[in-house]
Amino acid sequence: MSYWFRNDNRLPQARLAVVSYVIVGMIGLLLIGFWKLQVIDSDKYSQWADRNRIRSIPVIAPRGRMLDRDGRVLVDNYPSFSVLLLRDDPVLVMKNLPVIAEGLGVPINDLLDQLDNARELPKFQPIVIKPEATPGDLAFIESHRSDIPLLEMLMVHRRRYLPGAFMAHASGYVGEVSEKQIEDSNGKLRPGDFAGKSGLERQYNDLLQGTDGMRRVIVNSVGKEVDRLPTQEAIPGKQIQLTIDKDLQEVAEQSLGTRPGAVVSLDPRTGEVLAMVSHPAPDPNDFAIRISAKEWKDLNEDELHPLLNRAIQAQLAPGSVFKIVTATAMLEDKVPPENFTAFCPGYGMFYGRQFKCWVFGKSSHGTVDLHKAILESCDVFFYNVGIRLGIDRLSYYATKVGLGHKTGIDLPSEEPGLMPSEEWVERVFHRKWYPGETVSVATGQGAVTTTPLQLARTIGGIAMGGIFKQPHLLKDAPNVGEERFEISEPTVEKITDAMYGVVNEDGGTARNVRLPGIEVSGKSGTAQVIGYATRERMRKQKKFEDNAWFVGYAPRRNPEIVVAVLVQESGKHGGEAAGPVVKDVIKAYYDKKTKKLEGQYTADGKDESGKGAAPAAAAMQLQPVLKQQGEAVTVPARARSDRN
Amino acid sequence: MRDAPGTRDYDWWLIAILLAICALGVIEIYSATQGSALAGMHNKQIRWLVVGFIAMFILSRLDYHLILDQAWILYLIGLVALIAVLLVGHTRFGAKRWIPILGEAFQVSELVKLIIIIWLARFFAEVRTDELSLRDLIKAGLLVGLPLGLILKQPDLGTALVLVPLLVVGAFLGGLQWQHAAVFSLAGALLIGSVFYPPVSRHILKPYQRERITSFLHPEEDAKGSGYQLLQSKIAVGSGGFWGKGFRHGSQNQLGYIPVRYSDFIMSAWAEEQGFKGVLLALGLYMALLLRLVQNAQRAKDRAGMFLVMGVAAALGFHVLVNVAMVIGAMPVTGIPLPLMSYGGSATLFVFLAIGLVMNVRLRRFVN
Repeated sequence: MSYWFRNDNRLPQARLAVVSYVIVGMIGLLLIGFWKLQVIDSDKYSQWADRNRIRSIPVIAPRGRMLDRDGRVLVDNYPSFSVLLLRDDPVLVMKNLPVIAEGLGVPINDLLDQLDNARELPKFQPIVIKPEATPGDLAFIESHRSDIPLLEMLMVHRRRYLPGAFMAHASGYVGEVSEKQIEDSNGKLRPGDFAGKSGLERQYNDLLQGTDGMRRVIVNSVGKEVDRLPTQEAIPGKQIQLTIDKDLQEVAEQSLGTRPGAVVSLDPRTGEVLAMVSHPAPDPNDFAIRISAKEWKDLNEDELHPLLNRAIQAQLAPGSVFKIVTATAMLEDKVPPENFTAFCPGYGMFYGRQFKCWVFGKSSHGTVDLHKAILESCDVFFYNVGIRLGIDRLSYYATKVGLGHKTGIDLPSEEPGLMPSEEWVERVFHRKWYPGETVSVATGQGAVTTTPLQLARTIGGIAMGGIFKQPHLLKDAPNVGEERFEISEPTVEKITDAMYGVVNEDGGTARNVRLPGIEVSGKSGTAQVIGYATRERMRKQKKFEDNAWFVGYAPRRNPEIVVAVLVQESGKHGGEAAGPVVKDVIKAYYDKKTKKLEGQYTADGKDESGKGAAPAAAAMQLQPVLKQQGEAVTVPARARSDRN
Repeated sequence: MRDAPGTRDYDWWLIAILLAICALGVIEIYSATQGSALAGMHNKQIRWLVVGFIAMFILSRLDYHLILDQAWILYLIGLVALIAVLLVGHTRFGAKRWIPILGEAFQVSELVKLIIIIWLARFFAEVRTDELSLRDLIKAGLLVGLPLGLILKQPDLGTALVLVPLLVVGAFLGGLQWQHAAVFSLAGALLIGSVFYPPVSRHILKPYQRERITSFLHPEEDAKGSGYQLLQSKIAVGSGGFWGKGFRHGSQNQLGYIPVRYSDFIMSAWAEEQGFKGVLLALGLYMALLLRLVQNAQRAKDRAGMFLVMGVAAALGFHVLVNVAMVIGAMPVTGIPLPLMSYGGSATLFVFLAIGLVMNVRLRRFVN
């Protein structure tokens, strides 16, 4: 035994006691720490623990369907799966990306781009890497649940629109909400939600949308679902019934064909829109999944402007259709008197300038009165009338019959058109009105612009004796607005007789629109797209050819249907290019009416569950935008900036 | 030579406390791993406990004076082993800590802890004066500093730190003078301060160590990154409440939110499932264990025995303090397991061998 420890039993008892106290103190401090966490702050940490383990997965509410006036489905949904990629663990993601790319048939660079784009989002928020999963994809995800715990499926309801971009502009489309929509929604919308972006989808989004539910599951630390909690069911959106008549819409779509232009058909008695077509139109089904930035850019930069709803947004010179307005002003104002006649040698000289009639160089109209002037669309007659009326009287009447301001249709982004006046030029261009401009405006040229919808409403309203209903697409809409501008009986009679003559009398410009047994009436218009000087330079190019208009209705007085048709850059006369479309739609309307009267008509594809639509409509109010009687109408400020 | 001590001389109270703590550990390891890929781990732990128990009895039979005789040789063996592990050791989790012995990977630093306890006991027992001279203090410091530096190089900050309280407690009981204590406390405080002060810590800590410090100071800022472990542990403890969520019912534990819930963070899992009452039981047992060790030291036959027992007490006490403080988010993550509860072969073996030394001292308290 070694020497070094012998007889040394002097133990530092006092210091050992100190160590004991230190031990007790240390345990005491630790217990205080536990007390604080487990007793004082326990509630807070319990919530955090729940937040950890409970993952809420939205259950997307299906959007309400859209039905036509007979209850046939125009827009509905179909279930679809999206593939979600969980990004909590970047290392695991990068490791498995090649397998995922291969399994889902998505190029790996595509996935990398998507991950790159989502860098700013919180890590725990999964991203959709494939919006439309195939059965093969679902099988792939299921079979790799354990070795690739990164993929999830999200059930969504995709919008299904009728094929061929049927009614595409009126229905609009849905898409991922923009930041602005999220801000405006008061917390109702979250990033990644789908909402109406245009057309009826946007207008009635609140009705159609429904309320998303919530599926709550318990997940472990790697995000794997281990248990389920009670689900909060989704409340489906309400379906809406439209005033659109699918049969008429179909005829209108086909009759316009591939030509750029628009068709609007109204029931002037109620303001119901029976058909609304704008071509070209993108297929909204393409937007229902996901549209790439490039496709979107192409659509926006397309020279034919496929995203423009020409029915309510094309602001173009109405051409000779406007002569009905000039004629109404003349008869109502009695300036010049109703028996006024003018001599048309094929042109007129006003203020030292030559204004051509449309027959210039081919023939002349000779002496014309109002009836003949409308029938044959003599420009010279209306040049004379315009000069005698003056721009302010013309502007007053045009505004009263519905031009230069919005019709108040229940669609977003309607354009107001423009009805110029002395006040307007002074305000916008800070100059005096040139009297020569009145000459152009009186025949629907110059600064005056209208939309197809405005023309349909105006012509229909004049034929109704001065009742202009607010056009609308929602059936059984309460509080349909109307503008009244009493037009005297002799005036209405003369004008409607003349419009009947346009179609049915010798010399009328649209005799091709005639239908046996139906009092089709109307007015053609052929409007120059660009000014004379530019026109000379661009003569060769088709895209600068004239716009063809025809606004027709039936019967001659108190019409049931009015159809406004615009065919852009057709190079043809209005009656020639646009007239047949009007004829087709009106014929289809009467054919169906006859069949219905004989009890032969049954709307095929009619949906029985359409009954639920009415209450939804009742909840919605049409915007009361129509102006009060007698109120001075000024052109909305927007009109200036929008007109380029 | 003296007679062999009888079974009555063992500290059965100490063994009872020990087994109780081990039981809590096995229960929680079972709860934390059942139904996962690690299921059955509690059986492995029981195997280690049996091995440890036998080793404890064997070590207790061997007179501690004989062991202390070889203190310097053991010290050299320890240094060689530490150098060896740096040269040929297995790398796991980015650190060279393991060398294979009998098919199991051993953490050499666990063995070195034991050797340093023995060496310090010998060193301080040889100091005959009541007051520890500065020369002896510095000598002890340098000789502990050498293996400490080697362990830091593995790198294993946690185990390296354990050597510090061994020195501190030894020196304190060996007659540390107040003025020396003041100077060294100040130096220690400066060192700790600099670890938490980024411009300085950049030069002395590894990136992962600095990250742990940062995540300790601001766990909520980076809940999915390195602060994740501390935050999840606090959530587990806090959500356990007073009564706990029940055996096998801790969501943080069962769903895997608690990091290494069967090992370093086992106290977190225990606190979640058993609540404050369970914590009271566990910490009460640890306090009883430590006080019982101090009592054994007080009754030791000589200074050497006292230093040996208190070295063990210092090591265990430091483990408990650092581990449990980490679990409640009061200290950064250091990788120090909770003695006897955390799963782990080397660590468990170390504790039992250390207790073996304590028994050794106790068995010989009446001799001579």
